[in-house]
Amino acid sequence: MTDTTEPGNVGPDRAIPSSLNQLYREVILDHYRRPRNKGALEDATHTITMNNPLCGDVIDLMIRVADGRIEEARFAGRGCSISQASASMLTGRVKGRTAEEALALSERFTRLLHGDEALLEDAGLGDLRALAGVSKFPVRIKCALLGWNCLEELLERDPAAPRLPAAEGE
Amino acid sequence: MEAHTTPQTDRPRAAPLDVAALRAQFPILAREVNGHPLVYLDNAASSQRPERVLARLDRYYREEHANVHRGAHALSAAATDAYEGARDVVARHIGAAEPAEVVFTRGTTESINLVAAAWGGSRLGEGDEVLLTKMEHHSNFVPWQLIAERTGATLRFVDVTPEGRLDLADFDRLLGPRTRLVAFTHVSNSLGTINPVRDLAARARAAGALTLVDGAQAAPHLAIDVGALGCDFYAFSSHKMCGPTGVGVLWARRELLEEMPPYQGGGEMISSVTFAGSRWAAVPHKFEAGTPNIAGAVGFGEAVRFLEDVGLDAIAAHEAALTAHALEALSDIPGLTLYGPREGRASVFSFTYGDIHPHDLSTILDQRGIAIRAGHHCNQPLMDHFGLAGTARASLYLYNTPDEIDALVEGLAMAAEVFGGVTSVG
Repeated sequence: MTDTTEPGNVGPDRAIPSSLNQLYREVILDHYRRPRNKGALEDATHTITMNNPLCGDVIDLMIRVADGRIEEARFAGRGCSISQASASMLTGRVKGRTAEEALALSERFTRLLHGDEALLEDAGLGDLRALAGVSKFPVRIKCALLGWNCLEELLERDPAAPRLPAAEGE
Repeated sequence: MEAHTTPQTDRPRAAPLDVAALRAQFPILAREVNGHPLVYLDNAASSQRPERVLARLDRYYREEHANVHRGAHALSAAATDAYEGARDVVARHIGAAEPAEVVFTRGTTESINLVAAAWGGSRLGEGDEVLLTKMEHHSNFVPWQLIAERTGATLRFVDVTPEGRLDLADFDRLLGPRTRLVAFTHVSNSLGTINPVRDLAARARAAGALTLVDGAQAAPHLAIDVGALGCDFYAFSSHKMCGPTGVGVLWARRELLEEMPPYQGGGEMISSVTFAGSRWAAVPHKFEAGTPNIAGAVGFGEAVRFLEDVGLDAIAAHEAALTAHALEALSDIPGLTLYGPREGRASVFSFTYGDIHPHDLSTILDQRGIAIRAGHHCNQPLMDHFGLAGTARASLYLYNTPDEIDALVEGLAMAAEVFGGVTSVG
């Protein structure tokens, strides 16, 4: 019919909006394509699976708690770059923390996603701050929070008990 | 299109659509999204409405509204005329033997639930089988699961070929003396496959089974003649064919409707109510308990008139040209996988693009004003069948243009750039 525009043939007026560059930061794409701590955690003390029925994203979060601290955290699942990168970052950030510290981190991260720019200075959030661009895309906030919802559910279910039976959320 | 659609002998040969003039009739198409002209490619989810449908709704509420079939006053008569007039328009449009065969529902989903509950609930039992297909929308899936659980009937599912067509050999293998009903979609909402309704209905009839057709994705695009199709139930929705939301149709042959018990009880559907029991109103009102979506039906009637004025043949020809353009443009993109058949298909395109998740694609395209759907499209069993978590889906309608397909292609190029290239998946 008419000429087909070749992909890659993007003219000067076709520049990527900065909001998109802020959303899809390199570190996020890196975590999406090379997720950290992905796969089963054999001796997990706490595991849970949560999904977002609207879009089909799934996260399995597995942690091992000992001496009141999160010793190890791994995840599995599938979904968009935001949900997977956020879960990948989560596993790195919560290691070595108490349940209380991890929940406080989750709370600060949630505020960051809702546009609280003061938290961009929060070193404790580390590379999670790369997800701040999600605040400009309200429908994607739930993607970024899926792994954290898993964490909160796991820890708030019984933060004092390090030896919950595994696989309850399966 | 295919042999099972009816030639519209009473219409002149289709002239090409004046798409610019057509677009001017849809106010929403003039708006911008994220600083770009709206490119609306989510028509399989819901279409947009032309001015005349909006005006009809407005006029109904301003000048004609009262409850239907009740008052002896002028407005009630006006509302009843408008409501029943819409039924006449729809009945004629789909070739129903009489308007009484057209039941107004909330939409395709309710139409199918009505059949599952009223027909299935009273006719199905242990040992009976309902034959579905693996490409059904959840709305032609879950109602049958519910009724199978209640009645002890068994559900069977016709396989889908790798190309995305129904496996007809499997259909014949599964169709048997225990099959009471065959229920399948006319056009797949995710693959775009146009199923051979007339052929399948004939096979079902020969086996002594009834046929229900989910026409939600077909009625907006094809001229439907229920008599020629040879099915027993045909369900479709207004909002996918330029009409209001919240209204749809169940068409069934009169004797089936008369045999079936009511679906819901209430006002409107009775002829007399006493403490001892009630008698049902005649069809179709037996199935329209409570005050119906009067304005919705009136607007739907106007939408059908609109589509007829544009011409279903002209719409089909326009969409065929768009389909050819889209297939060519999308096939040229490295890393893009398109699902569904190449031929005998509707203008709905499901695809994946390398390792870019459909939701990320949707977010990126939205920044350029392009609306597509991302996800499982209420087709989870089908997605599982193809080993997919979901797809991106662009679906076209009469007001879409080749330029909009090109905008989609450019948007995909931008997505690849945002992601630093496209990595193919496993």
